[in-house]
Amino acid sequence: MVREHLPGHDVLPGINPVLRWLFFTLVVKVVCLVVLGVNVRRRHQLPKKGPAFVVANHNSHLDVLLLMTLFPRSILPRLRPVAAADYFFLYKPLAWFAHRIIGILPLEREIAGMRQDPLAGIGVAVERGDIVILFPEGQRGEPEVFEQFKTGIAHLARRYPDVPITPVFLHGLGKALPRDEALLVPFFCDVFVGEPMYWSGKKQTFMEMLNCRMQTLAEEGDFKPWS
Amino acid sequence: MSLGNLPQSVQYAIGGIFGLLVITQIIVAILRRLKPDADYTELSLRVRTWWVMAGVFALAMVLSRTISLLFLAFVSFLAVKEYFSLIPTRRADRRAIFWAYLAIPIQFYWVYHGWYGMFIVFIPVYMFLFLPFRMIMIGETESFLRSTAQIHWGLMLMVFNLSHAAFLLVLKIKGNPIAIPGPGLLLYLVFLTQANDIFQYIWGKLLGKRKIIPKISPNKTWAGFIGGVVSTTACAVLLGEWLTPFDRTQSLAAGLIIGLGGFVGDINISALKRDLGIKDTSGLLPGHGGILDRVDSLTFTAPLFFHYVYWLFLWESHGA
Repeated sequence: MVREHLPGHDVLPGINPVLRWLFFTLVVKVVCLVVLGVNVRRRHQLPKKGPAFVVANHNSHLDVLLLMTLFPRSILPRLRPVAAADYFFLYKPLAWFAHRIIGILPLEREIAGMRQDPLAGIGVAVERGDIVILFPEGQRGEPEVFEQFKTGIAHLARRYPDVPITPVFLHGLGKALPRDEALLVPFFCDVFVGEPMYWSGKKQTFMEMLNCRMQTLAEEGDFKPWS
Repeated sequence: MSLGNLPQSVQYAIGGIFGLLVITQIIVAILRRLKPDADYTELSLRVRTWWVMAGVFALAMVLSRTISLLFLAFVSFLAVKEYFSLIPTRRADRRAIFWAYLAIPIQFYWVYHGWYGMFIVFIPVYMFLFLPFRMIMIGETESFLRSTAQIHWGLMLMVFNLSHAAFLLVLKIKGNPIAIPGPGLLLYLVFLTQANDIFQYIWGKLLGKRKIIPKISPNKTWAGFIGGVVSTTACAVLLGEWLTPFDRTQSLAAGLIIGLGGFVGDINISALKRDLGIKDTSGLLPGHGGILDRVDSLTFTAPLFFHYVYWLFLWESHGA
């Protein structure tokens, strides 16, 4: 197992399905529906079963929570968001939460001198039939500013050419809870789900295609600038 | 059977609204039969959403006065949230907007206690002073005027103005502590405001030719406007004696206020949408658009109708 080398992993054996279900049903769903308000276009295009990849732009910690509530509760156990190990495993309580409640697949961003394949953990999940959620921008960055996707997703697509990749564009969460802020301010959020796509045979064309799809989704909304 | 503390007339009126919805549903079914080729998706969706809105509103009214107030506060929250999500805001505005949201429970708390003096100055005076103060503390001067102005505009229109509808519920006639005119007045206002929208739409579709204000709303016609105001006033006279303490002349004036005010409130939000370059404020109410599309007229009729009523009779109100 790839998780063995992660700090804190020995005391965190895995997801707590009951707490996870309760957290998403009682907390996240209520916040998303009442406090924020979500407008989803083409929800039916989200994968109904795994293995599948869902890729989205990243503005806020809320991104992953919102995305996970858009799936039927019955496939919650199959949902695995990929998150940076160095960030989420920094503190014990956060690590516990990220691991047991959110059920993240930790990704080691610091690759220097590492012997293991950083994407191996994701591979295990895909082979198990999970729906893996990724934010290929790498970090939340400037809120509501779309950055080009990093190429890790292309490696995964090449390794699993039969697994569908569904692009999703998110808007509004960066206004509600941007990076470096702890105060949640209600704003309506938009979620535009794109059509699933597959590995195209070449890294460059694949990345161009994916970025282009994201750009098209982003242009669907007539969003006012935010800075 | 007694539903909550609602007067008999209000109970019948709520029943009547559902009766009207049943009739509408039948008309839609007949239309489908007569012209099966036409597309009725939008119309059916609209009517279905009317059922939900009328159902939630009636339930809130029936359950208790506190729940009615909470419901109206929530509508206010949804409307102002839609507004804040649509307008161009700055990152520096987040905290000011957060305080603007907090004004909602505070404003409805004054309503709950019937504290008229505080209710009437809290947003126009205290929030008006506090929001720029909060923005000054943040220190971003670029677009300062635009931000303070648009946040306060939203607060006035969607919180202050809408809370007038809620204050109707807590009004008590001086020297008559038993009478509860509030629910009847609120239902009268909300029903006539929504009816006015529908009348304008129907008259416009039937006879509308000359556009009344093409720059702002290309669908509004003189026939729709005049037909709407006349029909609304007729309804106001018919319902006035039954739901409100008005005599016939007073009902007539109330109908004119709601008909004219509703029209202006409607095109006020239309102008906002034109400015922002959008059609609907959101997709929250299928067939209608957003909450803001539905309460647009009410943002004008609520304060106009309230102050008319407030001037017309002698009320008990703490702090006035």
